[in-house]
Amino acid sequence: MKLKLITAAVAVLMAAGPAMADLTFSILSYRTGPYAPNGIPLADGQADYFTLINERDGGINGEKINVVECETGYNTEKGVECYEATKGEGVLVYNPYSTGMAYQLIPKVTADGIPLHTLGYGRTSAKNGKVFSNVFNYPANYWDGASHAVSHILDVNGGDISGKTIALVYHNSAYGKEPIRTLEELAKKHGYNLTLLPVDHPGQEQKSQWLQIRREKPDYVLMWGWGVMNQVAIQEAANIRFPMENFIGIWWSASENDVQPAGDASDGYKALALHNVGDDYPLYEDLQKYVVDAGKAAGAGDQLGTVLYNRGLYTAMLSVEAARTAQKIHGTNAITPAMMRDGMEALEMTEAKMAGLGLPGFGPEFKVSCENHGGNGFGAVSQWDANAGKWSLITDYVQSDQDIIGPLILEDSAAYAAEAGITQGCN
Amino acid sequence: MFYREAGDFKTSYAEDNQTFPIKFDRYRYYVVLVLAFAVVPFIINDYWVNAVFLPFLIYSIAAIGLNILVGYCGQVSLGSGGFMAVGAYACYKLMTSFPDVNIAIHVMLAGAITAAVGVLFGLPSLRIKGFYLAVATLAAQFFLVWLFNRVPWFYNYSASGQISAPERTVFGIPVTGAETAPWAAYLFCLVFAVASALIARNLTRGMIGRKWMAIRDMDIAAEIIGVNPLKAKLSAFAVSSFFIGIAGALFFAIYLGAIEVGEAFGINKSFLLLFMVIIGGLGSIFGSFAGAAFLVLLPVLLKNLLVVGLEWPTDLATHLEFIIVGGLIILFLVAEPHGLAQLWRVAKEKLRLWPFPH
Repeated sequence: MKLKLITAAVAVLMAAGPAMADLTFSILSYRTGPYAPNGIPLADGQADYFTLINERDGGINGEKINVVECETGYNTEKGVECYEATKGEGVLVYNPYSTGMAYQLIPKVTADGIPLHTLGYGRTSAKNGKVFSNVFNYPANYWDGASHAVSHILDVNGGDISGKTIALVYHNSAYGKEPIRTLEELAKKHGYNLTLLPVDHPGQEQKSQWLQIRREKPDYVLMWGWGVMNQVAIQEAANIRFPMENFIGIWWSASENDVQPAGDASDGYKALALHNVGDDYPLYEDLQKYVVDAGKAAGAGDQLGTVLYNRGLYTAMLSVEAARTAQKIHGTNAITPAMMRDGMEALEMTEAKMAGLGLPGFGPEFKVSCENHGGNGFGAVSQWDANAGKWSLITDYVQSDQDIIGPLILEDSAAYAAEAGITQGCN
Repeated sequence: MFYREAGDFKTSYAEDNQTFPIKFDRYRYYVVLVLAFAVVPFIINDYWVNAVFLPFLIYSIAAIGLNILVGYCGQVSLGSGGFMAVGAYACYKLMTSFPDVNIAIHVMLAGAITAAVGVLFGLPSLRIKGFYLAVATLAAQFFLVWLFNRVPWFYNYSASGQISAPERTVFGIPVTGAETAPWAAYLFCLVFAVASALIARNLTRGMIGRKWMAIRDMDIAAEIIGVNPLKAKLSAFAVSSFFIGIAGALFFAIYLGAIEVGEAFGINKSFLLLFMVIIGGLGSIFGSFAGAAFLVLLPVLLKNLLVVGLEWPTDLATHLEFIIVGGLIILFLVAEPHGLAQLWRVAKEKLRLWPFPH
């Protein structure tokens, strides 16, 4: 036991050694465990983008990027260990890709002065930067997603869905419960009926939920799933011959992994999208040249162009752009986590900027401010084409119903501020 | 040579019955206590507390609790994850309902509430034995997790069902929440761990512990010699759940700070605790600590060696970690089916004779 501790101490000291001069970014990945099929493309996308910036541009304005990767296995306890192990290395921003972990990190990063970016997940009310000074969830959040799904259904039905039934199949966890409140409020506004069908972790057993769907025949099914739950749900939907175009998943139920197991039966399945799909972008040529052909691709290098790889890429791109913004604001290239926070709070993504990066039309335009850490709530709907084997966006980026979501965010963040004793304000 | 009974004369029953009858052992124990209370708090940082000491101490308390039930009383339980959840949610409800009461009292009350719940789910043990009891306690595991997910009152109607520990202080020093100093969180858990170990040790070598062991070894014989199985079994469930509840409360309030019941207290947690007890040694307080250390610290150590030391890819290191820990478990259990505690006992026997074994 003592020997173990001594060895661990030596190992930790060795860890503290590497140079602190670089800009350090962290990848809290889960390449192992039940969610590995999703965790691998997410981690590869981030790692490859950072490699590309280093190889092609020599870093961000001349500052090399140092990436520390830590394996969480989607486990909160390992996530704590990872956070504590890496924060001493001057990590500029954390992206845990787990709502549970995000909840846990929110008070910690705030105390340590490190920004946390939860892209399309995490605590929705973190959008209110007056309460959550170090947490960012741009470009869109779960409540935006719920609203996008409902507005898409409205579009399809010519603007009237009163009397229709919408069922929500959700992962019975913090993540899955997030949209319920918004969907209830939207139900009051648009007059549809909402049925809630929780699925317990990990989601392999959904027979009873889909039996209920078969019996009650809801007009639409929304899904907040993750990992194996998505595949099972799509397969079950196919089994009861639920019309796939009436089945809409959140952006975490929108990857190739989720639809491919059901084969042709998943054709027409819809899912929300935070960013564009596919690999038809100038940036991919650079990726091929500087990363893949140079043999520097992360992992097996076989994930390029998948939805979740693109999400990893998008996350890393937003982090790098925020770092550039921070460099400009503070007039120094060697930025600290506190400067990074300012950069994230002043981040503005425009079409011209994305085109300049080789990703034209990749994501929505948005602007972050102290009052609004969550972007403008734009999202699109994508649809799976089983024959072609690819996703495509079928709508433009539309804005969520801010009249409904705005008050909910203020209410929830005020409750958090009261519980945690935070004085609201912008500094 | 140094580790021997010879020359260490005992002149009273109290001395004769003490936990560490050998002088060397006793001093070693005092040194460990002094180190733990007076030296470690000054040298630890966030990483050591959150990645090493807190999980070790908290899992030790839980393992002590489960060891009382499984190791001393012989009632196999797979409900420990659920009982930890009861402790965590009880602590959360108490913390938010009575913010002015000291958190230490809340943690103990959470233990008491868990004890009550444990007794309730221990009732079937009067009729069911062995593997069948394990399956019956599995019901507790699933029911409790379902309950905390289903009834919004338990998580104060928050939108996501997550519970988060607000800041609470002991003597004006925060021990929960993000502003907690590493040493404060460590000391708070250490006090509970040491107290739990002391109470458990003294319970198990007293009358009540002997009743538990009689039930474990042969319940019919125990009944014939006058042990009331109802009282013995239910008291084992109560005491065991009390410690597990305290561990759950600390796990939530001090260690993680925010918890989602399905992820934190799932069936995996029950298995993990059971493995700790089996690997550490059934029916041994030291074994509870050893088992917790083995299953909590070894993965962290391996991770640091493989990823940080040798700079291997993180996924490869994690897979290797599973292989190594799994292999070691098999190796230990083949070499010593009675766990790490028995290895320790054998080592001590050898030490007594060293260096002249004949």
